[in-house]
Amino acid sequence: MTGIKSWGGYIPRRRMDREAIAQANVWFDGSLRGLARGERSMCNWDEDAITMAVEAGRDAAPLHQRGQLDAVYLGSTTLPFLDRHNAGLACEAMNVAGNVRSMDVAGTQRAGTSALLAGLDAARGGQQVMVIGSDHRRARVGTAMEMLCGDGAAALVLDNEDTAAEFIGSVSLASDFIDHFRTAESEFDYGWEERWIRDEGYLKLIPRAMSELVEKTGIALADITHLIVPSPQARIPASLAKTLGIEADVMVDNLIANCGDTGAAHPLLLLTHTLDTASTGDLIAVVGFGQGVDAMLFRVTEHIGKGQTGRSIGDQLASGVTETNYAKFQTFNGVVDREYGKRAETDTPVRPSAHYRNRHTVNSFIGSSCNACGTIQFPKSNYCVNPDCGQADTQDDYPLSDTGGRVVTFTADRLTFSMDPPSYFGLVEFEGGARANLDFTEVDPDNFDVDTAVSMHFRVKQFDALRGFRSYFWKAAPIQA
Amino acid sequence: MATGIKDKVAILGMGCSKFGERWDMDPADLMAEAFDECLIDAGIERNQIEAAWFASAIDSVNVGPSALPMSMALRLPYIPVTRVENMCASGTEAFRGAVYAVASGAVDIALALGCEKLKDTGYGGLPQRSRGVTNDMVFPNLSAPGVFAQLAAGYRGTHGVDKGDLKRAMAHVSVKSHANGVKNPKAHLRRAITEEQALNAPMVAEPIGLFDCCGVSDGSACAIVTTPDIAKGLGKTDLVSVKALQLSVSNGIESGHASWDGASLLTTRAAAARAYDEAGIKDPRAELSMTEVHDCFSITEMVTMEDLGLSDEGRVVTDTLDGKYDAEGSTPCQIDGGLKCFGHPIGASGLRMLYEMYLQLQGRAGERQLDDPTLGLTHNLGGFPSQNVSSVSIIGRY
Repeated sequence: MTGIKSWGGYIPRRRMDREAIAQANVWFDGSLRGLARGERSMCNWDEDAITMAVEAGRDAAPLHQRGQLDAVYLGSTTLPFLDRHNAGLACEAMNVAGNVRSMDVAGTQRAGTSALLAGLDAARGGQQVMVIGSDHRRARVGTAMEMLCGDGAAALVLDNEDTAAEFIGSVSLASDFIDHFRTAESEFDYGWEERWIRDEGYLKLIPRAMSELVEKTGIALADITHLIVPSPQARIPASLAKTLGIEADVMVDNLIANCGDTGAAHPLLLLTHTLDTASTGDLIAVVGFGQGVDAMLFRVTEHIGKGQTGRSIGDQLASGVTETNYAKFQTFNGVVDREYGKRAETDTPVRPSAHYRNRHTVNSFIGSSCNACGTIQFPKSNYCVNPDCGQADTQDDYPLSDTGGRVVTFTADRLTFSMDPPSYFGLVEFEGGARANLDFTEVDPDNFDVDTAVSMHFRVKQFDALRGFRSYFWKAAPIQA
Repeated sequence: MATGIKDKVAILGMGCSKFGERWDMDPADLMAEAFDECLIDAGIERNQIEAAWFASAIDSVNVGPSALPMSMALRLPYIPVTRVENMCASGTEAFRGAVYAVASGAVDIALALGCEKLKDTGYGGLPQRSRGVTNDMVFPNLSAPGVFAQLAAGYRGTHGVDKGDLKRAMAHVSVKSHANGVKNPKAHLRRAITEEQALNAPMVAEPIGLFDCCGVSDGSACAIVTTPDIAKGLGKTDLVSVKALQLSVSNGIESGHASWDGASLLTTRAAAARAYDEAGIKDPRAELSMTEVHDCFSITEMVTMEDLGLSDEGRVVTDTLDGKYDAEGSTPCQIDGGLKCFGHPIGASGLRMLYEMYLQLQGRAGERQLDDPTLGLTHNLGGFPSQNVSSVSIIGRY
């Protein structure tokens, strides 16, 4: 039966301390003091909706399985490119084969759940589908949204056999309910009054969708084990439980305290978090809210134990690094005009023609394996790097994105331009012997040295302010304990 | 059968500008300063030069990528002038071009000149530049100290050296070079420093601190070369001749194959072995009087001592702290103050090193004069430890 086969979630390692945001802003808006509790997840400077999508997607399916996907749908309202295929780039980074149906789903907080419903339809049609929700939520300085939102992504692999959670049915409503909006011309969201959003939106539209779902599936509200309703408003789950007449503990924790609302990703992120600990027979309802409602129901099967292929959300929530520097948070989110120094002025644009012919290297991190001597190497070249071989035209593609490695040499460079100095880079040796000079990211200076074990991550390499472009490449990060 | 370059070419004259932040000088002015001294030293007229080689590695600052700037600046008489760019070995590459031209018999007298104007960037350190269209997509956005700091990590990893011991030896390298630079009127930095200063200086790229870095300066140096017979005919005595000129360039094995230890320069090792062979040197520790090596950073100088075979593998920390390479040590290194005190105007450095060797061999090094040197080695290293160009040259008494 069609459903969810496996999943992976991603919450950036950094967590912004809400108290620090409040301290900087309550002089203007005293109401922010009431939100100064806990932390919100925060993208590193080199993370965005695409890189997080890739992290979640890689966690949801191993390399060989990603290569066989028929479709990849990416739901987000913060895709870096308005007209360049974001999901297509994510597919190349995930080493999904080129003959994939890929799609960006955008324009509403329901982008994640709508992508999931479209994916379930495709899966029912026999396709193996990956659906990803990912959002890097930027907010205007001094807003509640700045404190309540978070950054994150989640990915689900959908299939027809041996699924961990079977899809029972869904209901969708479209309704032009402008709780907030952002246009092509505006940088940040503009929102309406919270009380109106709660009373006319969440507490009317969602009950309507749920009653239709009950009618359609024949599953009683009282039988639902977990109800997922993302909202940045902390009180909404409890109010909704009351309205629906269900037990309050059925409502899934929205992770406002330790993650924040990750937008289009959030229903999928909460779903993966729920699946991480679900039991066979559990009924999970997932609601997406945004100018309407998507509501869907899953039943957890006996295959539930096989679906979590990466790090659990709980584990990621527990292993964050707290950031208390609000100026750094603002810089990483691009909301202040910071002086980066003259070294940052160097113009090194990406040339699309060169990028295209090197995309297997740059996007997919494909090195090679010599079919004469077996040496793994990077980058792929015409002659084998092994000094005892050196043969021509013996190199077969060998993806390094999912290969671990160790630090051979490194430094912390304070002279060169970096968005987050010092810049860590150095020589990495992969399992199997390949080597590459790479940037490091997510370095903990006290626990980083020669021989530190690293894994590979698709990250932003450079922002090209002159052309509004951003380029990506792979970086090595210490493997999280 | 090739017979090598040994003793086929003599240095007729050399010149070197004052190195430093020459805010009032264009490249043409720096070139003229070195060239005027060189012509007088050689005792010839400008129109006797039949061919010239011009080294300038960085084309984005004032000097276009051709030989024109030098030919124009020196008003050379419509002779062949070739520009060479091979990163930090550029100056030595210009010298190699001129020496090979004379050795081939194609010309009698040739000029090699290197010049770089670095101080129009608006910030400290070398100019930040593109690494090429493809590399820019994948290479870390690295600085020079950042790439050479890799050697320190690699050295620790390979030889199990304590971080503190390594840093202290690095400090000794800089203290030694500063002590030498004080005695050199053409050096940029002429101030003695203490080990404590070097150890406590601000960190640039761990473990490289400010005093582990060479200076950044403007400068020019040049040489006029001819055959020993012509030099004698022009009345020269105490000839200094070329004993070896070797160059080695990485082929990607270091950065791509697990066989490299990250603690050595395979290029320097290859070039040194060929240079010793070409010069007929059997025991470099006993035969070399002095060296001028590429001390862009203190750790680079240390690793180079092992690459040149002057220290045993894993022993350079001890040798350095024992003073083996100090002015009064058994093989003085950077007796003129090195890149540390001269700074590193890329195209000029190789010729500046040869200039000091030439003065020492002729007994003209003033306060810095070593006792009766016979053979001097110079070494340049451009690029990164894992991808680089390395030259080793030896000159000596004819």
